Amino acid sequence: MPQVSLKVNGKKVTVEVEPRTLLVELLREKLGLTGTHIGCDTSQCGACTVHLNGDSVKSCTMLAVQAEGAEVLTIEGLARPDGTLHPMQEMFREHHALQCGYCTPGMVMSAIDLVNKHPEGLTEEQIREGLEGNLCRCTGYHNIVKAIAAAWEIMHGKKAARAA
Amino acid sequence: MAKEGIGAAVRRREDSRFLTGQGHYVDDFNRPGQLYAYIRRSDRPHARIRGIDVSAARNAPGVVAVYTGEDLAADGVGGLPCGWQIHNKDGSPMAEPPHPVLALGKVRHIGDPIAVVIAESKAQAKDAAELIAIDFEDLPAVADVRAATAPGAPRVHDDVPGNVCYDWHIGDLAAVEAAFARAKHVVRLDLVNNRLIPNAMEPRAALAECDVTGNYTLYTTSQNPHVIRLLMGAFVLHLPEHRLRVVAPDVGGGFGSKIYHYAEEAIVTWAAGKLRRPVKWTAERSESFISDAQGRDHVSHAELALDEEGNFLALRVSTLANLGAYLSTFAPSVPTYLYATLLAGVYKTPAIYAEVKAVFTNTVPVDAYRGAGRPEAAYLLERLVDVAAMETGIDRIALRRKNFIPPEAFPYQTPVALQYDSGNYEMTLREALKAADYEGFEARRAEARRRGKLRGIGISTYLEACGIAPSKVVGQLGARAGLYEVATIRVHPTGSVTVYTGAHSHGQGHETTFAQIVADHLGVPYEQVEIVHGDTAQVPFGMGTYGSRSLAVGGSAMVKAMDKIIAKGKKIAAYLLEASAEDIEFADGVFRVAGTDKTKTLGEIAFAAYVPHNYPIEELEPGLEETAFYDPKNFTFPGGCHVCEVEIDPETGVTRVVNFVAVDDVGRVINPLIVEGQVQGGVAQGIGQALLEHAVYDANGQLLSGSFMDYTMPRADNLPSITVGTESTMCTHNPLGAKGCGEVGAIGSPPAVINAIVDALKEFGVKHVDMPATPEKIWSIIEAHRPRLAAE
Ligand code: FES
Ligand code: FES
Repeated sequence: MPQVSLKVNGKKVTVEVEPRTLLVELLREKLGLTGTHIGCDTSQCGACTVHLNGDSVKSCTMLAVQAEGAEVLTIEGLARPDGTLHPMQEMFREHHALQCGYCTPGMVMSAIDLVNKHPEGLTEEQIREGLEGNLCRCTGYHNIVKAIAAAWEIMHGKKAARAA
Repeated sequence: MAKEGIGAAVRRREDSRFLTGQGHYVDDFNRPGQLYAYIRRSDRPHARIRGIDVSAARNAPGVVAVYTGEDLAADGVGGLPCGWQIHNKDGSPMAEPPHPVLALGKVRHIGDPIAVVIAESKAQAKDAAELIAIDFEDLPAVADVRAATAPGAPRVHDDVPGNVCYDWHIGDLAAVEAAFARAKHVVRLDLVNNRLIPNAMEPRAALAECDVTGNYTLYTTSQNPHVIRLLMGAFVLHLPEHRLRVVAPDVGGGFGSKIYHYAEEAIVTWAAGKLRRPVKWTAERSESFISDAQGRDHVSHAELALDEEGNFLALRVSTLANLGAYLSTFAPSVPTYLYATLLAGVYKTPAIYAEVKAVFTNTVPVDAYRGAGRPEAAYLLERLVDVAAMETGIDRIALRRKNFIPPEAFPYQTPVALQYDSGNYEMTLREALKAADYEGFEARRAEARRRGKLRGIGISTYLEACGIAPSKVVGQLGARAGLYEVATIRVHPTGSVTVYTGAHSHGQGHETTFAQIVADHLGVPYEQVEIVHGDTAQVPFGMGTYGSRSLAVGGSAMVKAMDKIIAKGKKIAAYLLEASAEDIEFADGVFRVAGTDKTKTLGEIAFAAYVPHNYPIEELEPGLEETAFYDPKNFTFPGGCHVCEVEIDPETGVTRVVNFVAVDDVGRVINPLIVEGQVQGGVAQGIGQALLEHAVYDANGQLLSGSFMDYTMPRADNLPSITVGTESTMCTHNPLGAKGCGEVGAIGSPPAVINAIVDALKEFGVKHVDMPATPEKIWSIIEAHRPRLAAE
């Protein structure tokens, strides 16, 4: 079986995988990182979104072996070691942007990438367009959009996390 | 109001685990030695199985076992039971054809399970399933509910003539006919309620194990683990309930689709017993599309009789309801008692008659999906009222107001069985119109016109019924279950509290809201209350969560159990404080001898109860723990007004919802943040139904919309911001005054959207547009009228 070595949430790992193993399967089944979810088999729901070398990717669209040498960040690696939540996590909680929580890890990872890529600002329309690849069946997106707008303010230094 | 008591917008405690990837959904569980099941399903809508050859699959790498329907039947495994029996007009019971766990002799829909492969890995199971050779003899199939009732239609079940499961009715036909005979206006409408696919984001999953002593545990994506334990244990696998534990841990959305007992639960549990190894099955999304119960699918004809002034005289409705190929657990109740009984809506229509024919087709079974029957009723009624306004020339809001049940008429007995306890339809209408700036609409329409857009506004004043009950009545109506709820309140020796509730949270936030209720009622700090749900080994027999019942029924059970705690606490306090129990008052966590400063806290009382050294042991048992079962006296009746504003691009036919206001009467609000979230989510699903979603089968029963590529789920950029308001009247018969908020969004919104679209197209004389109002449909309507537009 081929081996793949990569960094996941800052930790180096080397795992044996079948050539057909997907990155999401590697995370969930080999590494026990079950925070990354699977919501479809056609790459359309975004529940599996993680960061690969700083960009959001759908981890169901990639073979594990393709992640050789990469740095992967999953929802489990987002909060600081002392438990302080990332501002996006904090704002999702503050604005009730999750219900069943199933889409949430992927939604949060996509949202962070979206905010990172738009230091100049994000309109509601841009946020909605930016979430095109992530399905949520519970919230109607209303509060997710609010949470992302609020997190943008914090992440780009316009507001302190607590005051938001 | 306490900081975290009833009414406070407390941030949810469950979020800490969901936001950090620490949620525990069924597929996240793994047991040592676990095997994987993959189910070989039918790719034929209707076929006889002449033979199944599993030998190649059995010999494939990693395969431990392959089972077919014959293997299960030989072992005495029963069929999947139906939980509701409807009777025909003539009093005879509905047709109830067998629903085998794995197909026996025939397949009846795309996705019908035929065999299961169990292997060391998921991939091996899936590979081997491909090797099963099935000799099919294709049979003619039928998918459309009208075609299925036509003479000579293929029969889905050999012994169900005409494919009719039941032919049922309600109401006073003679009174309705008399009213129509003297009516000034009669308004008619044919309409279809499109079939939907629930698509909770977490696909269904089941993991079962059996230990050396023969005790079983099933982890399953369920809204009601006790119901699954009872149905599967008693009817399918014949396992005694005390040896079967069912756990529904974190569940990623349900919307009805996770109420039912599904074949896969029985398959993995049975196989785990046979193989004495844990067996796990997780649906791929494409399997969800062909194996989760679907929703809606009604074809109706409705007629409303009005007098000269626009007073409704009578309503006559005839509906064909598509049940799919088999009876799902609660399917028969949906187009009957959850639908036709709602046809009075918010109106004082004196006479109503409805007949419903429920029909088998070669499609995936249909059962309750968010709202279940009530969206179909609200849609029919609110469309019909708009058509009546159009045809009589009476303003649509004035027409509604004229026919509203007035606030002073409660309790109000409808002609279709229900008795409403409370409501104020004028209030929610008024507030919704205000929030939507209805007055200012014509200016916005004109402005849109200048931009070349067609703008319309639509309203719906809907009603729903939740927390279906009481058990005795639903039993008379055909339910094979009770509809109470249970709660155990355990006050620990130090005064902290654990609540065991029979309700189940799969997104509703019970861990937060239920703790708020306890904090409020017992005066215990919110942080010291823990909510446990979803495990038959911990919680007493409860009925689970659906039909917006958790708070109204489950919350009431909690209040009842807490009242027992307080009553016992008073006796203990009386003993300790040397007073009589009648003189003890309880407030904010403190027992007090009335009019004195002699007090004991709940914590002190609990400690005395568990360390009963100084305790009225002769008359009271030690401990402070109470269980209550609450059987409601009636349904609850949320209602309200939704206002939708759309803009249509006549060049493309694309409809954009530009504003949406929902003002709902949900009774007592425990946490406004969560209520708003529930309404927004429901409205999103309703807008999805109205504009985007449609489970499409071809005439032969092939599902054409079998993935997220073909089935249009609402995405963030399809939806507007949603303004939510609540204007509550209290439920009069439960201790919380709660009515329920889980489904209102999905019930009130579809007619508001379609009414807005018809309003936008009013210059074309359009009377009705069927859902989903896709760009193609709208564009064709506009195109058909283009010559006239050009001529003007
Ligand atoms: S699981 Fe990757 S997009 Fe759906
Ligand atoms: S919170 Fe349930 S799918 Fe988004």
